[in-house]
Amino acid sequence: MFKVRVIPCLDVKDGRVVKGVNFVDLRDAGDPVEAAIAYDAAGADELCFLDITATHENRGTMLDVVRRTAEACFMPLTVGGGVRTIDDIKTLLRYGADKVSINSAAVSNREFVKRAAEKFGEQCIVVAIDAKRVKRAGGSDRWEIFTHGGRNSTGIDAIEYAQEVVSLGAGEILLTSMDRDGTRQGFDLPLTQAIADSVPVPVIASGGVGNLDHLVDGIRQGHATAVLAASIFHFGEFTIRQAKEHMVRAGLPMRLDP
Amino acid sequence: MTVAIVDYGSGNLHSAAKAFERASRSMEDPQKVMVTRDPEAVYRADRIVLPGVGAFADCRRGLDAVDGMLDAMTEAVRVKARPFFGICVGMQLMATRGKEHVVTEGFNWIEGDVEKISPREENLKIPHMGWNTLDLVREHPVLERLPLGPKGRHAYFVHSYHLNASNEADVLARADYGGPVTAIVGKDTAIGTQFHPEKSQRFGLALISNFLKWKP
Repeated sequence: MFKVRVIPCLDVKDGRVVKGVNFVDLRDAGDPVEAAIAYDAAGADELCFLDITATHENRGTMLDVVRRTAEACFMPLTVGGGVRTIDDIKTLLRYGADKVSINSAAVSNREFVKRAAEKFGEQCIVVAIDAKRVKRAGGSDRWEIFTHGGRNSTGIDAIEYAQEVVSLGAGEILLTSMDRDGTRQGFDLPLTQAIADSVPVPVIASGGVGNLDHLVDGIRQGHATAVLAASIFHFGEFTIRQAKEHMVRAGLPMRLDP
Repeated sequence: MTVAIVDYGSGNLHSAAKAFERASRSMEDPQKVMVTRDPEAVYRADRIVLPGVGAFADCRRGLDAVDGMLDAMTEAVRVKARPFFGICVGMQLMATRGKEHVVTEGFNWIEGDVEKISPREENLKIPHMGWNTLDLVREHPVLERLPLGPKGRHAYFVHSYHLNASNEADVLARADYGGPVTAIVGKDTAIGTQFHPEKSQRFGLALISNFLKWKP
């Protein structure tokens, strides 16, 4: 039976986990490779690294993290953050990433998604969408795409954009609600459902998880095929296993392999 | 003993090589794993692994671009009976034809076509991306001691096409994704998995170990 995926995401800056990861047994809470190994052992279904390194010079550090993770963890790894060129993708895949996530570069240049999918296959091209609810004068609200960590408005409709990038070859959508990110109030379920129901590819729900019921809601009500969370796992609040067992109790099909 | 991982410019050879190295290290007589685009080295290897990601036609083109590689592989597998492991598109290439976008010839080691999967349930997404259990169709040494079936272990899939084998005897295992999906094929000294054993954690490493121990 096909299972729902739980994906922990690590923000990495200059080769270090931002804010650290608080697990027992970790020698170095800031080492993304150690955190990845711990998540691998804990039964995470995939791993996601988001590189928030500001300078181009420090990007090599991320490649080293990817290489060392791929040597130690035999599980799917998605890497995003600053992916702008075909060469960026080629390098990340060569160092051991299985999928790359493209964000701003897809907004400014849709053709990039097409070229990337043609070159590397749709299965490894994830388009990350940061969406925010926008009030429209005299009309109904809608969700629009924001870039640069939610700072820059683009005026692009999120649903139309999702359909467009999928038609260009995105194999998966990583959808983050900028309204909910960091709030611990749960996913933006209407947004998640609206996107998931309008594209044929898998949608990963992200942004706002504060408890384990939120993960269930993302699948049940949001129609996502996978859920991504960061802080509830990093700070030892819940283990991956606890999350999955909770989802099983709610009736969702989960992988609980030892 | 050497294991040749065929390098023809397709995808993540690094992961495959690391997984085979890891599986090999835990064996009594570790085997040397090499990533190579030298047909001579592939011809001489004791075992051959053909990974592959992307589109069928691209992979076929990439393989054909390495002069003498397909001949070396065919000789080694079909004449010298060397064990062969195709992964994902590497497995699909074993079929008669691929029908992804265009019709492309495969190796025709496993009779059948590579066709788009079409899950019955509308809410099932394509690609089939994630973890699924496997249902045993036919016993095989590479599947020894692996817990299969609905309560068994999971394998990591990411694909939109699968090998629809003409002969049931060539299918070792299937997954269910709104209908049957060919997960493992096997014929003579060749096996292939649609899923990625190098991404399937302990289950994947156990399958790779079985392949490395297999003496057909």
